[in-house]
Amino acid sequence: MENKGLFLDRGIVLTIIVLCVIPFLLQNSFHYEIAIMCMLNAVICIGLNMLVGYTGQISLGHGAFAGLGAYVAVILSTTYSFDPVLSILIASVVLAIIAYFISKPILKLEGHYLAMGTLAVGIIISIVLTNEDHLTGGPDGMGVSSFHILGYVFENDIQWYVLSAIFLVFSIWALQNVVNSPFGRILRCIRDSETAAKAIGADVPYYKTYVFVISVVIATVAGSLYSYYTGFISPEESGFMRSIELVVMIVFGGLGRIYGAVIGAIIITALPQFLTFLHDYEHMVFGAIIIFVMIFMPKGIVSIFDVLKYEKKKEIKKDNS
Amino acid sequence: MVELLQYSFGGLTVGFIYALVGLGFTVIYNSSKIINFSQGEFVMIGGMAAVFLSYADFPFILAFPMAIMLASLLGYVLFKLVSLSSNSSVTSLIILTLGYSIFVRGSSQVGFDKQMHTLPSFISDTPISIFGATITPQAILVIVVSLCIVFTLYYMFNKTKLGKAMLATADNKDAAKLVGISVKKILIMNFMISASIAAIGGIVLTPITSMNYEIGIMLGLKGFCAAIIGGIGNPFGAVFGGVLLGILESFVAGYISSEYKDAVAFIVLLLILFFFPGGLFGAKKSTRV
Amino acid sequence: MKKMMRIILGLFILGFTMTVVAKDNIKIGALVAATGPASFLGDPELKTLELYVNKINASGGILGKKLELISYDTGANPKKATTFVKRLINQDEVVAIIGGSASGETMAILPFIRKAKIPLVSMAGSIKIVKPVKKFVFKTPATDRMACQKIFEFLKDQKKTNVALISGNGGFGKSMRGQCKDVASDYGIKIVADETYGPKDTDMTSQLTKIKSMSNVQAVVNPGFGQGPAIVTKNFKQLGMTQTLVQSHGVASKKFIELAGNAAEGVIVASPPVVVADLLENSNPIKKIALDYIKDYEGKYNAPVSTFGGYAYDALNLVVEGIKKANSTEPKKIRDAIESTTNYVGLNGLFTMTKKDHLGLDIDSGIKMLVIKNGTWALAE
Repeated sequence: MENKGLFLDRGIVLTIIVLCVIPFLLQNSFHYEIAIMCMLNAVICIGLNMLVGYTGQISLGHGAFAGLGAYVAVILSTTYSFDPVLSILIASVVLAIIAYFISKPILKLEGHYLAMGTLAVGIIISIVLTNEDHLTGGPDGMGVSSFHILGYVFENDIQWYVLSAIFLVFSIWALQNVVNSPFGRILRCIRDSETAAKAIGADVPYYKTYVFVISVVIATVAGSLYSYYTGFISPEESGFMRSIELVVMIVFGGLGRIYGAVIGAIIITALPQFLTFLHDYEHMVFGAIIIFVMIFMPKGIVSIFDVLKYEKKKEIKKDNS
Repeated sequence: MVELLQYSFGGLTVGFIYALVGLGFTVIYNSSKIINFSQGEFVMIGGMAAVFLSYADFPFILAFPMAIMLASLLGYVLFKLVSLSSNSSVTSLIILTLGYSIFVRGSSQVGFDKQMHTLPSFISDTPISIFGATITPQAILVIVVSLCIVFTLYYMFNKTKLGKAMLATADNKDAAKLVGISVKKILIMNFMISASIAAIGGIVLTPITSMNYEIGIMLGLKGFCAAIIGGIGNPFGAVFGGVLLGILESFVAGYISSEYKDAVAFIVLLLILFFFPGGLFGAKKSTRV
Repeated sequence: MKKMMRIILGLFILGFTMTVVAKDNIKIGALVAATGPASFLGDPELKTLELYVNKINASGGILGKKLELISYDTGANPKKATTFVKRLINQDEVVAIIGGSASGETMAILPFIRKAKIPLVSMAGSIKIVKPVKKFVFKTPATDRMACQKIFEFLKDQKKTNVALISGNGGFGKSMRGQCKDVASDYGIKIVADETYGPKDTDMTSQLTKIKSMSNVQAVVNPGFGQGPAIVTKNFKQLGMTQTLVQSHGVASKKFIELAGNAAEGVIVASPPVVVADLLENSNPIKKIALDYIKDYEGKYNAPVSTFGGYAYDALNLVVEGIKKANSTEPKKIRDAIESTTNYVGLNGLFTMTKKDHLGLDIDSGIKMLVIKNGTWALAE
């Protein structure tokens, strides 16, 4: 399971292969939309997982940061005609600063209090975005300008797919490097016992803030890209339900597991599309699925693979003895 | 002066509903350390069931207890689900109760409907005027019922053996087991009581605000704020927190701006979390290392 | 292990590509907010669409083929709407789309409609949907601007020109509030107060107390829909306010009277004609189809009709008539036919579309000023 060196390991190579194969299975623009949404959600989840899964800081307000970041970028490029890439950069800086200042008092809280604190921050942000309609277009949202990098316009599905895929692979790679480094080990120490981390001399608040800011910036970039792709943004992107959706994704997939975030994002993003035939029963079934997974697979879907691996190991041991 | 009084009346009415929801949270939290994100849905179920039973020509005297029983049954189901879940990490339990709230809302969509419904005022419609400000009899009923529930719980916890057993379980499960308390039965009762309290709130609320399958979301969140403001774990703190919240909201809408009224609950929550981490009446926290 | 992932992934993709064997049906798409904050609108809309598609099919369909309604629930969420509109256009290959229920989601899907060149008939209120006019986009409800104009005209006639606004701050309420402020001076109306409330709020006495304390208010107008206006009405009565209270077309349904109870007495409501079918003059062509609609809808669903169901009915008929007129299922031809609609008698009024006007609603036929008397509707003008 140890990855060799800084570059490609089995998981990433496989991911790249899968991402290259998928376009041949996608038949129309709708399929592409789902794929792109899955990938961008996966990126946000990777960031969130770093905060929640690896550092143990529950955040029920992440959707608000993703939405706020996207709004900043989109307003800059649509209302003020900034270059989109510059807009995203500025948005990242702005959100990083906001996240930094919010993290100082918020991350002092623990457990349920942290959950409620992040929830409260998220809802306040979302209310502001809804009410300041002269800037944000209000509850009905606003249209978004087109996206281009140095003049190269992104207007068809394949371009967006490639962009999102590159972003996803990069995020997985980056997270893997963080996780397997001393920095990552301290994060996990903080998750398991903050007191122990302090006892070995780690500056716990610094690490928590660092991770919080990074996860917010990742969410800003991915959220902005998604708004550019759809050409529209609305306050629902920053709402309570969106924040909950993101947390469900990472818990469902597997907290503290790199591919857990990715798998969770894919399933929760795509699942509603399969449930549409249920019409009115859709929400009931969706809730039931969440309950089922939380009871029987509390470590997430990824834990299925653990079981399989364990069984395989048992087999090998048996053969060898 | 009249305005001040009027804002207070409006705030009291909704504040006691927040108080009931917060109280329900606290009862469950005390015994099982679980934050029940589906608490608001019990309020909704209480109201919707009461409405539909009365459509089916059940008189109130039957419909209301039946609605409460339905809600407490749902509380029992939640308990079962929680006890089935093997991993008791904070995050997965939160997601479990969230999933349950989605499930209950979805079931209400199908089992009841998506329209809005109301019940006639239980006493009368004529507003009562006090020093120039008005309050409806239904609102007074809400306050009275809430206070009754609070005092009943107080009496139960402090003066009855059962209540003492509940407090013991909340304090230290293992010790409670050692002295022969059936912890499981206590937990079940707590869940059912919590759901029933919420359902009663939903029933008395319906004539004032009307009822639909979605009201649980915001009510749950604000009730939660109330519980934390008062100090989660302290039932009277939850009540105080709820009333305080209702009145603050009302004052902000009246004296400052009505646009940011919803934000009040959450801003106050943050202030309390930062400056009074245990809530206004919560105990000082100490952690096992 | 990773192989398993690929297999599962493959199955997922397979699931997408599985389509029912294509029958020779005419597919009409619908984006409806059946759940969520606008379900008060979407629920009757969807029910109406289903009811009438079945009815049309029962009498043989159109152009000899059956209609197939493919509807998705957007929850009034613009993001979901953009996903589902793509599904309708690219996967389900519909020839026309009815929806969204709300303005936000409608605006979000416009770029996709334009690209796909498929006609859209929206059931949402904002004037921005058809102004500036977009080639493939039509709508059936009166605009919020029209409602404001009709209300202010009425108030001006009553010489009640000092108006206080109290609006819900959801999309509908906010948009109508903006339009009302914009047209007020055209009717000599002065907006002396501008309060708002959240769509889920349970008590508006604070805002109303502020209005009550002002000495010059003659009328109070309440843009909004859902439970908010009912609570405003009840609070209004509780506070003993005596000004004229005017509700918007967002609450034109018996449900509002039910929710507001006794407090609804004397309240003025701007309403599309379908709600008061029995009060229309016999010479009004809308009367018959409205009575038929009420019979069909209330007979099947045992719930009072609302204007929202009316929007869906008109939208569906515009599409169906368009298909018949064009004698083709080609989206472009359907669009042309819809644009040439003349004197269509709808539940919401008389429609005549032109190249420049994709609403085409005659405002006098489209909005009636009603007053609630003895727990039921009466004409106010």
